[in-house]
Amino acid sequence: MLSIGLGHYLTLAAIIFTIGVVGIFLNRKNVIVILMSIELILLAVNINLVAFSIFINDLSGQIFTLFILTVAAAEAAIGLAIIVVYFRNSDTIRVEEIKNLKG
Amino acid sequence: MIAHTVFFYIFSLIAIVSAVMVTVSKNTVHSVFFLILDFISISCLFIMIGAEFLGMIMLIVYVGAVAVLFLFVVMMLNVAEQKGQWFSSRWDGGTHIPVGLLVSLIIFFELIIVIGGWKYKPDLLNSLSINISTEVTNTRSIGNVLYTDYILLFQISGMILLVAMIGAIVLTYRERAGVKRQSYVKQISRERDEGVDLVEAERNKGVKIDA
Repeated sequence: MLSIGLGHYLTLAAIIFTIGVVGIFLNRKNVIVILMSIELILLAVNINLVAFSIFINDLSGQIFTLFILTVAAAEAAIGLAIIVVYFRNSDTIRVEEIKNLKG
Repeated sequence: MIAHTVFFYIFSLIAIVSAVMVTVSKNTVHSVFFLILDFISISCLFIMIGAEFLGMIMLIVYVGAVAVLFLFVVMMLNVAEQKGQWFSSRWDGGTHIPVGLLVSLIIFFELIIVIGGWKYKPDLLNSLSINISTEVTNTRSIGNVLYTDYILLFQISGMILLVAMIGAIVLTYRERAGVKRQSYVKQISRERDEGVDLVEAERNKGVKIDA
């Protein structure tokens, strides 16, 4: 319990991942919060990769975390642009009122 | 060792609590600030565990860029206040809480089972792995492989960023009426015939240009 091992980091990542999934499921109000939940999920994946990289003593995990950061930044930019365009067209971003796609 | 343990628990507690607050905050601006707090505490964990470069990059990219982007959008769209109940629909008052909690609990226990039953085999790694050297700094060892072994991935990620930038501009661009602007095509394709008018000028009378 006193020495922090790989399992501690993996458990932390699992908890944050689950919170991100809950955020996507429960949200009825706001698409931006869903985007933030996706960022949380990506953060959990990053924690996993870095923890494995350190404890297995292999640098590849950190390199891949770098690329995940890149893709996450690109995804946030595109997602927010889509939200801005949608808000301009329909004056709302409430999740329950977005049903043009009949989803 | 004790300090490491104590700081791990402090930072991970802050991370978990702020992740919950991102999800349940009624005000979206508060959600963004809790997201920033989450990223800061996780990057502290990264620095503690020995991945200093990634911790600093997380701070720069997420806290410096992505979170500010979120704040801009939240404040521009004026959607900060969420009215009504937390997670209930406006139409039927229904909520996704039971099924959402059930599914996420199942996911969580699956992850915990995977972690608990996981055994690390040292001979699993093949010779392709890049060992972390203790002699050079973290940043230097990442740079050593990022620009040599992973140069293709590095350039592709640059292309992804470029495409994302162009996509965001194209998506949010709109033509405004009544704005004077240069038309480069018109300027370049201008020819002598339409631009120059030769007029016979009479002595002492001047020239009427608009005649």
